[in-house]
Amino acid sequence: MQSHLNPAGAAPSKGAISIRNVTKVYDPDGAQVMAVDNCSMEIAPGEVCMIVGPSGCGKTTLLNAIAGFHSITGGEILLDGVPLCGAKKPLADQGSDRIVVFQNGALFPWKTLAENVAYGPMVQGRWPKAECIERARTALQEAGLGAVADKYPGEVSSGMARRAEIVRALINEPKVLLLDEPYRAMDALTKQIMHEALLEMYDRTKVTIYFITHDLEEAIFLGDRVYVMTTRPCRVKKVIDINLPRPRDYHTLTSEAFRLLVQEADEAVHEEAIKAFQAGEREMA
Amino acid sequence: MSAVTTLEPAAPPPPAFRRRSKLERTLSNAAFWRGLVGLLAFLLIWQAGGFLHTSLGLEVPFFSKLPAPTAVAGAASEVVVQSGYWMSWVESVKRVMAGFLIAQLIGIPFGLALAVNRYFRDIFFPPFEILRPIPPLAWVPAALIFWPTNEMSIIFVTFLGAFFTIVINVLGGARTIDVRYLRAAQSMGANQWHLFSRIILPGTLPSIFTGAAVGMGITWNVVLAAEMVSGGGSQSGGGLGFFIWSSYMGGSMEHIIVGMISIGIAGYLSSALIRVIGERVMPWRRAF
Repeated sequence: MQSHLNPAGAAPSKGAISIRNVTKVYDPDGAQVMAVDNCSMEIAPGEVCMIVGPSGCGKTTLLNAIAGFHSITGGEILLDGVPLCGAKKPLADQGSDRIVVFQNGALFPWKTLAENVAYGPMVQGRWPKAECIERARTALQEAGLGAVADKYPGEVSSGMARRAEIVRALINEPKVLLLDEPYRAMDALTKQIMHEALLEMYDRTKVTIYFITHDLEEAIFLGDRVYVMTTRPCRVKKVIDINLPRPRDYHTLTSEAFRLLVQEADEAVHEEAIKAFQAGEREMA
Repeated sequence: MSAVTTLEPAAPPPPAFRRRSKLERTLSNAAFWRGLVGLLAFLLIWQAGGFLHTSLGLEVPFFSKLPAPTAVAGAASEVVVQSGYWMSWVESVKRVMAGFLIAQLIGIPFGLALAVNRYFRDIFFPPFEILRPIPPLAWVPAALIFWPTNEMSIIFVTFLGAFFTIVINVLGGARTIDVRYLRAAQSMGANQWHLFSRIILPGTLPSIFTGAAVGMGITWNVVLAAEMVSGGGSQSGGGLGFFIWSSYMGGSMEHIIVGMISIGIAGYLSSALIRVIGERVMPWRRAF
């Protein structure tokens, strides 16, 4: 599994996530909505793990549990063998080893892009303030955002903002990057550029990525492994290993291997989408 | 990397036109001229209404008792050279500023405390909500009895006018900060102080300025009424409210209108001041 991730043979960065029999029931004393049911995944360090499933299936619940935003009601989650949350401690501590990039973006509107990127190191007191800003600038420069480093998020395009947000996450050198449909509602061309930028950053950092998406082609293009989830309650329905060679670029999208993988995943997802749709209709009626 | 670097925006092209001065830009702005036309039309109709009455003897409702703008302008030109008129300005501005600033100083921390601390909110929000609907002017008699001087009573009532609005805005603003910002900050290692000073405070600033703008309007309302009620009598006369009141007692409609327009200008200047400060303090809002 690791061979194609680290062709140079460098030691993989840490960041193994073990999700073991995790269950999440919302409102356990009342309505008892089961969001996640006995869900298990083993994510290797430096793996790009793509989670695909219908809307509202509980993918984000799992992400929130890893990030420490929500508690779990059963099972356990470990990071590099150390329990984050489990039976004794249902809510994980939040930490800069796991950083979330949110669905609609969460750059602070009142800070420039450079100040946004410098925020993490600054509050952690990693370097003096001036150095934080300097390093933030360098990091933005490397991501091709040098010219807009002193602009506010409201002044740049959504694509630039989203890339800056990933830079802001990576400067903290997290073990795991948690992305919750970061490129949703972007047009196909912008998405394409986002993907290549993300892959480029991934090739440099080899951070473990937990990436939630609706978009199957996105999942297969970016991922080492695609988890297709069932509709609520969320369970792993199918695991697809993506053995497309890295580094990948847009030529990958037209290869025969890519097409076959999409077909394979499509069948699994389609079935769940129909179930989710019917369940939705029942709820409406 | 190549796909990424192409996104780098090119250096802005040199401006093709000479940058024009603010005056030039204003004069070539159609909206400015439309505004001027509206203002002139307003004055013209007012003047015409008075003319119908004075020259043709027609009874036009409302206009018959209204002095013409030229008469008001005449009265204004007499008034503006008197120091008493400017003392009225100074008195009112002092009261508005005192009440307003005290309301900000107490209201912003109070609103933030309500927003971030559940226990504080549970204890202080119910009495606050009962006092809030009481119109500031209903406090005037009690304030006159309670405070040793009229001046203090007026400032107290002015303070009340702004205080409740400020607190409600700050509370609402701080409570509706997007949870994503808080989560992002926390996951990057922010402690409680960082969360407050770097996320909640800047995130609440727009609401603080909304509260300030609305509160400023209310303080002008309140100070005027309070001056009319209390300032007519003894030690602390003066103020634009008293100016209008004494003009009424003296039977000079022209002076009443001069006083009213003065208040309009004062209110306009105060909101302009708040807007300018707001743009200074929140540079990111200029992008919108």
